[in-house]
Amino acid sequence: MSGTTTEPADVAARAVRPAGEKDKPVLSEGKKAERKLGLMLVAPAAIVMIAVTAWPIIYSVWLSLQRYDLKFPDRTEFVGLDNYVTVLTSEYWWNAVWVTVVLTVVSVVIELVLGMALALIMHRTLVGRGIVRTSTLIPYGIVTVVAAFSWRYAWTPQTGYLAEIVASGDPVLTQKIPALMVVVLAEVWKTTPFMALLLMAGLALVPDDLLRAASMDGANAWQRFAKVMLPIMKPAILVALLFRTLDAFRIFDNLFVLTAGSQGTSSVSMLTYNNLIRGLNLGIGSTMSVLIFIMVAVIAFVFIKLFGTAAPGSDDGGKR
Amino acid sequence: MAGVGGAETTARKVRWGVLNAVVVIYALFPVLWIASLSFKSAATLTDGNFVPREWTLDNYANIFATTEFVRALLNSIGIALIATTIAVVFGTMAAYAIARLDFPGKKLLVGVSLLIAMFPQVSLVSPLFEIERSLGLFDTWPGLILPYITFALPLAIYTLSAFFREIPWELEKAAKMDGATPGQAFRRVIAPLAAPGVFTTAILVFIFCWNDFLFAISLTSTERSRTVPVALSFFTGSSQFEDPTGSIAAAAVVITIPIILFVLFFQRRIVAGLTSGAVKG
Repeated sequence: MSGTTTEPADVAARAVRPAGEKDKPVLSEGKKAERKLGLMLVAPAAIVMIAVTAWPIIYSVWLSLQRYDLKFPDRTEFVGLDNYVTVLTSEYWWNAVWVTVVLTVVSVVIELVLGMALALIMHRTLVGRGIVRTSTLIPYGIVTVVAAFSWRYAWTPQTGYLAEIVASGDPVLTQKIPALMVVVLAEVWKTTPFMALLLMAGLALVPDDLLRAASMDGANAWQRFAKVMLPIMKPAILVALLFRTLDAFRIFDNLFVLTAGSQGTSSVSMLTYNNLIRGLNLGIGSTMSVLIFIMVAVIAFVFIKLFGTAAPGSDDGGKR
Repeated sequence: MAGVGGAETTARKVRWGVLNAVVVIYALFPVLWIASLSFKSAATLTDGNFVPREWTLDNYANIFATTEFVRALLNSIGIALIATTIAVVFGTMAAYAIARLDFPGKKLLVGVSLLIAMFPQVSLVSPLFEIERSLGLFDTWPGLILPYITFALPLAIYTLSAFFREIPWELEKAAKMDGATPGQAFRRVIAPLAAPGVFTTAILVFIFCWNDFLFAISLTSTERSRTVPVALSFFTGSSQFEDPTGSIAAAAVVITIPIILFVLFFQRRIVAGLTSGAVKG
């Protein structure tokens, strides 16, 4: 059937062709209509996606090569790579890069561990499974800004229930390291359920028979987990890690509400926003945009190398 | 499940019960806290108690009396609904083509949408800010709807093509056998079968649009198009000496209500939708 292009079918068609040569024109007529329909159906989505991403990213490369400050529009001129030199020699930028990397690594690692535990609980529990799944979806669905305000007020002296539990001293959110820990807490709370759901999908692929066989062979719970489940779940784990890492890397909402980037807690997204919207410096803002884009591309590339053939992008749809 | 056949002892049940309770409390604690704040009276707002000592609806009455909040709520609802509708329609068309048809550039499209899903959104903020200002789209509904559609499309395409692959093949084949064109097969046979998947995708896309903060704060400047998450962060209280905590908490609860409803009624679908796109089905 022309609808799918499973590879075996292609091979079969090619092998059969010498014998069934006269079928070919008919087939290609159908193929033509199918291609046309396919392209027509895809066109609106493709056009919007490319118009709103490709063109602006090219434009931001162009903007990044100019001195362009909306406060001094008359002094706009082409300055080559000067903006890159400015940004890459700025201690604020490097601080933001470190903050972002540390936040990303720490929260993704915690999420992976907690998410795995949560996935196992959701997968195995028999009583109250519906309640557990429903309530874990709330952190996933809740507006990040809302959750961030909840954490902020929890740590606000006098208002919050958590503010008193730490030893006296400056309020938690006004010191760099404690504030970043609260940011990690907020991130972990919000996104662990998502991680758990992705991992649970991986868990569902582990055949019960295999686990039973392993336990008959004398494997204990940990061995069953490490030797049987983890290898089967590897693709799911990598997908979850990729999505969460790239998502954590663009952290903005939580930081905006919790610290507004004060005390050197800016992430790269926060710093870009401040330069662009608060500072109205389009040249510098665009330079940072381009640099962030490059960093994300590198992370994605590394992950996709790790994925090998398991990358979601290599799944070309029609395959079963 | 893989438990010991039938020997579900009481101790075991208790253990699972405790674990489940921990998970539920973990998930609900911050939500209950912000709800509690929203019901506290101005006098007890700073008593640090987890449960309000005096219950009041004043905070809600206050925010619904301001155009700042009401307008933002209308913006949020309007923008999210329009963006969701368009993204789901375009996404459905594209996902059908990806799941069912053979055409040149299919791999490229899947690759591009994966790229966009991973795209650092802040990288788009600078150029979009400038482009939208010159096109007169800055601080308008379309100015937000466009980027929302763009970032919702990969999500829609992935989720939907996973759903579409589950649809029984034979029906489409039978329809074509009966003389339906591929287009008719799409409208008459596949579309009704795909409706649940489309609906689930719509929920996920709506949550995404409803949640956005970065675009909303960067590409708007007035009440005209500010959405609730942004309006929240600008709340200052009705006079500058008033603490906005109560208003922020109340507004936060209001925009959490749709999420809670989705989760309560469509838990199964949301789980299926989130997991289907991520792991090869």
